[in-house]
Amino acid sequence: MDKTEAQGSSSGLAGAMEWVDKRFPATETFEYHMSKYYAPKNFNFWYYFGFLAMFVLVNQLLTGVWLTMNYVPSGDGAFASVEYIMRDVEYGWLMRYLHSTGASFFFVVVYLHMYRALRYGSYRGPRELLWLIGMVIFIALMAEGFFGYLLPWGNMSYWGAQVIVSLFGSIPYIGPDLMEWIRGDFLMSETTLNRFFALHVVALPLVLCILIFVHLVALHHVGSNNPDGIEIKKNKDENGVPRDGIPFHPYYTVHDIHAMVVFLFIFCAVVFFAPEMGGYFLEKPNFEMADPLKTPDHIAPVWYYTPFYAMLRAATFPLFGLSAKFLGFVVMISAIVIPMALPWLDRSPVKSMRYKGSISRIMLSVFVISFIILGYLGTQAPSKAGTIAAQVCTALYFAYFVLMPWYTRVEKTQPEPERVTG
Amino acid sequence: MKRILITVLLAIPVASWSASSSDWPMQDFDGDLQNLPSLQNGFKLYANYCMGCHGLQFQRYERTADDLGIPHELAMKNLVFTGQKIGDLMTTSMPREESKAWFGGAPPDLTMVARVRGTEWIYNYLKTFYVDDNRPLGVNNKVFANVGMPNVLLDLQGVQRQVCNGDDCSELAVDPGTGLLSAEEFDSAIYDLTNFLYYVGEPARLERQRTGVFVLLFLIILGSFTYLLNREYWKDVEH
Amino acid sequence: MSDGAVENASNEAGEESGTNSRRYFLIQATSAVAAVGAVGAAWPFIKYWTPSAKAKAAGAPVKIDVSKLAPGEMLSPIVAWRGKPIFVVYRDQSAIDSLEGDTSGLADPDSKNPEQQPEFAVNPWRSERPELGVYVGICTHLGCSPKYVETENFEETGQGGFFCPCHGSKFDLAGRVVAGVPAPYNLEVPPYRFESDTVIVIG
Repeated sequence: MDKTEAQGSSSGLAGAMEWVDKRFPATETFEYHMSKYYAPKNFNFWYYFGFLAMFVLVNQLLTGVWLTMNYVPSGDGAFASVEYIMRDVEYGWLMRYLHSTGASFFFVVVYLHMYRALRYGSYRGPRELLWLIGMVIFIALMAEGFFGYLLPWGNMSYWGAQVIVSLFGSIPYIGPDLMEWIRGDFLMSETTLNRFFALHVVALPLVLCILIFVHLVALHHVGSNNPDGIEIKKNKDENGVPRDGIPFHPYYTVHDIHAMVVFLFIFCAVVFFAPEMGGYFLEKPNFEMADPLKTPDHIAPVWYYTPFYAMLRAATFPLFGLSAKFLGFVVMISAIVIPMALPWLDRSPVKSMRYKGSISRIMLSVFVISFIILGYLGTQAPSKAGTIAAQVCTALYFAYFVLMPWYTRVEKTQPEPERVTG
Repeated sequence: MKRILITVLLAIPVASWSASSSDWPMQDFDGDLQNLPSLQNGFKLYANYCMGCHGLQFQRYERTADDLGIPHELAMKNLVFTGQKIGDLMTTSMPREESKAWFGGAPPDLTMVARVRGTEWIYNYLKTFYVDDNRPLGVNNKVFANVGMPNVLLDLQGVQRQVCNGDDCSELAVDPGTGLLSAEEFDSAIYDLTNFLYYVGEPARLERQRTGVFVLLFLIILGSFTYLLNREYWKDVEH
Repeated sequence: MSDGAVENASNEAGEESGTNSRRYFLIQATSAVAAVGAVGAAWPFIKYWTPSAKAKAAGAPVKIDVSKLAPGEMLSPIVAWRGKPIFVVYRDQSAIDSLEGDTSGLADPDSKNPEQQPEFAVNPWRSERPELGVYVGICTHLGCSPKYVETENFEETGQGGFFCPCHGSKFDLAGRVVAGVPAPYNLEVPPYRFESDTVIVIG
């Protein structure tokens, strides 16, 4: 009916786009990254989390900026200003819960995103750099979360940060001075709070945004992996379009938008009905103001650090001339960075778990289960049985990586298909 | 794999960091923020018995009166004793330093006590003061051993003592006729007081849950549209 | 037509237009619902900027005791209401007389701008009682706080008043702006009432 009119307006719009395109590569960028970015058509559930991580990042940036408007980064004012936001500021409670829940969900989606890479070999060539950038993002995110956790200036914030900063004290020779340098004081104090605040709200968000941009550039250069772990670019049609690829826009935009709504449903259910998540997302001692003279009965970091924290505590004996304390530190740092070596540890002729042999599958399952058990143990008060369990799980965690060159070579793999499946 | 993950995740019990553990068999507390008469009575009890020492430094009279359905005039007359204004924070005028000398420590602010210790703890704590001549104040508590706070609700509850069966002193009994309230009335008063602290811990709780219902309903509607949109486009893709 | 694994679900012309209109409808409907959601999501962020309970409490009505104020004086120290300085002046009889007298040097002698005072202050003294003037002490030009000038008289009006040091705006003792100065309006009269003979409640 009003087809002519629609055409008329679109030509007006087209004219405007032409004007812009001469000055800025708008259409070109959109086509390169969206409408002519060919993604494998067989993405499954595990491929939602990259997009969801970006969505949570936007949530964190927005609510974070708004919280900063009323937060006071001082020893006397920090705790009170958080309660001020919770009570006196209109919808302050919502901003705070969106931010605190967002922090936990950030790690949920990032861990699932990383698991996807392990499952389908997304770290393998030509995506080694993509994986390394991703790992740096993960480490930056851990730092961001750590600095942010001190800001409410609750008692758990205080002592949690105290414990983590004390880790650096275990480094031989420079440890004690390093600790003092990080804190800028002889104990966790307002000075520490102020520098953590600056890092949390300015420096690390900036670093994260740049790294994520670089991550996406790398991804769109090499193209996405897929559950079959085969390169769709090897099989192109006469126009140079991968036969198993579909334009990201509109197919994966509508896909991801729907995933976002489903995610939002779960996210909002937590924000509005269980923001404390039984003490896992907001810990009870943190509703009490920081008290340098009184440690909470049981200190544990927030759940997303507990797997690494459990590994730290698992080192209860000296080894290779390292004290137990320093060994714990080394174990923890190694556990965080060892996944960076994955592209070179995996010697399998195939990428995806679908075609790898049974040892790989068992190792990955054991790895995931150990990681979850370690996460659980990290939330609990130390016990003898817990420590032994943590030691076993730490060994299994590292075994996944260290033994990988061996087991990926000896196991029998299945042939990869020519074209992607289902 | 997915199934294992979910099973393991569900098997993790909810974290519980209790402020201090005790063997006392805790009675359940089920707060009800819709129950305005209970909250109003709790506010009144708090103002009369607690406010002298324990402030609620992050909460304002005005918000409390509004949320609890108390007209400002009435609140000013009956609940604000310190010459403060309706918009002020509910701080206590008790001097911190002197109170340290009286009780060995400044009485803590209680704005967040329900979130730090939990409502169940408050409810049981307030009910389990008993006579103990070995303590400086002559009282002790079953939930908070060697507590430094006097039993301010003594005249309401009456004199409560331990009943011992040999070494087992796990029962408490009130001397009949020593309190202004009967056992049931006292229980209900403590319920109201605890309920009030539950409200003060997170005054936005009801609003949060109300908003949440709308948000989730909206997301269901939006989700059905995005579902249909996604399905429509993916008809193009050969599986 | 090739777009990787995409085959347009409908190859025949008739079916294609059906698909397109269905897609068009779904996009429109989803966008409409999403727009509602976007507005709903934006609302808390907008509302967050409105005065908090603390600001409102600080902006609550202020009581001013004027029992010690003598004729010819301005209340000192200056009281703040919502963070703004409030000028309370006690005018003697000669000042009152001159306010009622010649107004030729003033820009708005009859308080015609309804934004600048409550209804009750539309009179030569711009106050409830002729002798007591209550004004927001912020120049209507660029927000400086004027000075009370009692000893010397402005040449335009032949009486004292308020002088703004920032850009030289002048106001008479009723806060009426002198013609030919940068300030566009008379000084604002805050809402106030007398709680008793000597106590004024501002706000």
